[in-house]
Amino acid sequence: MSEQQQNTARDEGNWATPVDRLEVGDVPAGALDTVGGKQVVSPIQGFGKMWQKTYRISLAGADVTPAELIQTWKDEFPSFWPKGSQFHAPLTGIAPGEVALLQASVGGGMKLSTGVFVLYADEESFTFMTPQGHMFAGWITFSAAEEDGATVAQCQVLMRAQDPLTEVGLVLGGHRKEDRFWQDTMRALAARFGVEAEPETSVVCVDKKRQWGRAGNVRHSSAFRSSVHTATAPLRKHK
Amino acid sequence: MTQDTAAMDVHVAGDALGVITVHGDVTAASEDALMDAYTRASEDSPQAILLDFSGLEYMNSGGIGLLVTLLVRANRAKQRLLACGLNDHYRQIFELTRLDEAISIYADEAEALAAL
Repeated sequence: MSEQQQNTARDEGNWATPVDRLEVGDVPAGALDTVGGKQVVSPIQGFGKMWQKTYRISLAGADVTPAELIQTWKDEFPSFWPKGSQFHAPLTGIAPGEVALLQASVGGGMKLSTGVFVLYADEESFTFMTPQGHMFAGWITFSAAEEDGATVAQCQVLMRAQDPLTEVGLVLGGHRKEDRFWQDTMRALAARFGVEAEPETSVVCVDKKRQWGRAGNVRHSSAFRSSVHTATAPLRKHK
Repeated sequence: MTQDTAAMDVHVAGDALGVITVHGDVTAASEDALMDAYTRASEDSPQAILLDFSGLEYMNSGGIGLLVTLLVRANRAKQRLLACGLNDHYRQIFELTRLDEAISIYADEAEALAAL
């Protein structure tokens, strides 16, 4: 056995096994399965500019190790989300290969039902990957590390808007809304450990190019479908 | 947020291929080492950059994120990004993350060179 094959075991259990299409198990009460049968997408398959957004918060003074913090984050993930959005954790917990369903408030009273795939999880980090139809194509990594004697929690998003509609939405206040969402999440996480702190935010445009060849992603868009459904509701009433 | 334990060797193969051989662990902490290796491998403006992963011992999702940003950098320089030396496990990760749609995978350096 080669050196690489022997060492592979170090991260093998941390990664999900490849899937062609997502399969959702039991759908929790209040959740809507809109991701079953969809493919996962990376930032490469998205449409808009590529962004790397990093939100960090120091838990200075809290008696918690990075591994303990990540365990709590996994176990209580839905409780850290801001009001108005729901995260339905998989019944078996946040583990590689699991699918979680969610409803995100996207403004105008509209809620988007989508989900995430758990791509990777170890003791000090875990990563979600988005499916077709989600607003973003990419992944979100939650991690923790010790820095200068304090545990620091981090959420890093690497993504492109999945379709032109979402790209326009991001420009028209969507970025600000997304930043607020994750900043609130980080504050709630710190508060769980008795820490009142402000998160640091860093936003980098990794690729300014839009991938026009991916504009057709809009046909999968949950937001687009929800908008059409809302707009055509009066017509359905009069039938 | 973890310590970098990756080492990168750089050489040129033929006229058109800059090769980065990756040893050790690739995580988000490997960013400086990988980007520095990319700069060295690109000095003669090769047509493609090959990442040789035969010495890869560990990679987490932060490492995969780095490969995406490296891909953007290579595309901006009108270079192709290639990979070789991936065992079945890492090949599966490339498929799972759909990196294989943008980074062509070869068995080894000779095969990558022949494909240019």
